[in-house]
Amino acid sequence: MRPAAVVGTGQTHHAAKRLDVSMAGLCREAIDRAMADAGVDWQDIDAVVLGKAPDLFEGVMMPELFLADALGAVGKPLLRVHTAGSVGGSTGNVAASLVQSGVHNRVLAVAFEKQSESNAMWALSVPTPFTMPVHAGAGGYFAPHVRAYIRRAGAPEHVGAMVAAKDRRNGALNPYAHLKQPDITVESVRASTMLWDPIRYDETCPSSDGACAVVISSEPTSGRAAWIRATAMRTEPTTFAGRDQVNPQAGRDAARALWKQAGITDPLSEVDAAEIYVPFSWFEPMWLENLGFTDIGQGWKLTEAGETEIGGRLPVNPSGGVLSSNPIGASGLLRFAEAAMQVMGTAGDHQVDGARVALGHAYGGGSQFFAMWVVGSETP
Amino acid sequence: MTKPLSAPLDVGFDYTRSLGPTLGRFLTDLRRRKVTGIRGSDGRVHVPPLEYDPVTAERLSEFVEVASTGVVRGWSWIPEPLEGQPLDRPFAWALIQLDGADTTLLHAVDAGSPDRMATGARVRVRWRAERVGAITDIECFELSDEPADDPVDADEVTMVTTPVHLHYTHSASPTEDPFLRGLMEGRLIAQRCPACSKVYFPPRPACPTDGVPTTDQIELSDRGTVTTFCVVNVPFLGQRIPPPYVSAYVLLDGADIPFLHLLLGVAPEDVRMGMRVEAVWKPRQEWGPTMQNIDHFRPSGEPDAPFDSYSQHL
Repeated sequence: MRPAAVVGTGQTHHAAKRLDVSMAGLCREAIDRAMADAGVDWQDIDAVVLGKAPDLFEGVMMPELFLADALGAVGKPLLRVHTAGSVGGSTGNVAASLVQSGVHNRVLAVAFEKQSESNAMWALSVPTPFTMPVHAGAGGYFAPHVRAYIRRAGAPEHVGAMVAAKDRRNGALNPYAHLKQPDITVESVRASTMLWDPIRYDETCPSSDGACAVVISSEPTSGRAAWIRATAMRTEPTTFAGRDQVNPQAGRDAARALWKQAGITDPLSEVDAAEIYVPFSWFEPMWLENLGFTDIGQGWKLTEAGETEIGGRLPVNPSGGVLSSNPIGASGLLRFAEAAMQVMGTAGDHQVDGARVALGHAYGGGSQFFAMWVVGSETP
Repeated sequence: MTKPLSAPLDVGFDYTRSLGPTLGRFLTDLRRRKVTGIRGSDGRVHVPPLEYDPVTAERLSEFVEVASTGVVRGWSWIPEPLEGQPLDRPFAWALIQLDGADTTLLHAVDAGSPDRMATGARVRVRWRAERVGAITDIECFELSDEPADDPVDADEVTMVTTPVHLHYTHSASPTEDPFLRGLMEGRLIAQRCPACSKVYFPPRPACPTDGVPTTDQIELSDRGTVTTFCVVNVPFLGQRIPPPYVSAYVLLDGADIPFLHLLLGVAPEDVRMGMRVEAVWKPRQEWGPTMQNIDHFRPSGEPDAPFDSYSQHL
């Protein structure tokens, strides 16, 4: 496998409604920034990979077909990736594999969601005949598993609010973030409306329009490079008897493979920044455990000690994360791109000082798809 | 074998589209009874206008007004129009190259009979009387070489609504079918995997772990344990139960996987993981092939189940 690196990243200004652009225009805003960052032109791009969450979210079947012109994919290979909410991460990994395998020299990865064109909560709660209509969108799906985590780990109730306050404050440092709440506090989060008990309003990701793009290359094009040290993806069924919904096997397996491939034996010591897919606050401690940063039942202690803040032992979501911007299909690629930005030193006000190794992570479906990568500043 | 149960499933939503500068201009002009294309880097005029050039991928910006008349480059006759199509009588789908354009536009031609349609036929736009800024502002094309109605003034269009409605017939699987027929008799039918002995309720065609058909049928009681739950306080589009309500994972006694159902008869703040519950059935005359025969679960009054008894089902 030959080396591959992220050589340019771009993203949109994320917002609840980007009514000024079409889907094509939204994607291009991110693509143009990524290509300018990489210093490449269209003739330098060999193939395009597009990621987007379920088609019911915008009501456009196979949007990759009508977006081919906008994605600069005419006359080139164009692939669509689809792994629900983790799709942005999978898109990055698929693009990386096309370069690592030697099939292409430079690949453009793009992911987007224009949530304002529909209603994701509706799209995730279509009442199937013969069943009990108790589903209530993603929050309704994940809330029972968050409750199970709190019980199993014996975590104090305020930890979720700490995550939310931290991520929203970080979002205020990110010029592209949808939500910027520099004055949010743990107390104000705890005072916000309980939506899907135990998940509060302020502990819930927003619904965003946005896109993200990265250029992945076999050689540096701009002088800056985030070398892809490892990628991993794993999958498991949504439900089966004995499934651990709090700490899914697929996530554990992906993380183990990832650290092994990256040559990392002690993730907490060796990773400088982590962009982890946290759409509801409690998923920070849940994924810290699932990823092996801490032992089982100990993730919340790292959060509670303030170690996941910028300046802490493992800054988690210095960009503000999914809790600050959630264009679903793009959210995973944003995690991957933000990890790359950290090791390229281009994260601006939310830069983690001296970050040399960073994690990008995404999950999707009913915690059943996992995609992650490790990027580093050191040339392999 | 009897035919598996089926039921209609209608999925519909009024999607909105923000148009951006190119499509916004195109639809605004349609509302003004004008057809506008855009010039590509190779000089071709694209109608409808493309946002980005198919050759160079650069953003295009040179709008070109084309005629409301053109020529049919290809067509297909639709003898029985479907819901949502432009005309409710037989018509032709046609690729129409408007005069001044280099590409074709797909639209309907109200030709009356396939005998009157031909590749090379001259057509013109028939403008809709009430125009909103949509491709349907062109009601259809008609066979004529005369220019269509003159442009008029109208407000700018930046958004369109595109309703999408899908009508499915949802069929139960052969495995689901006996389960649903059991429900019609008030029985809870589960299946056991012959390999791992796990009991699935509702049953599956195959065990997700072992991949083998779950052939052993067993009947379960309507009592169980709440493994975990969510209090739904948030209202949303399409919701069937008014909030607040408790959506609980219920692990029936003897089953190895919990399912979501409604929990009532207890204040949400008093619901606990491990709470013992029993089914409250609807009146028998209301039963059908659905889990909704169980109106809800309620606390049974038994002591809570110990955590270890359900911790492997979270």
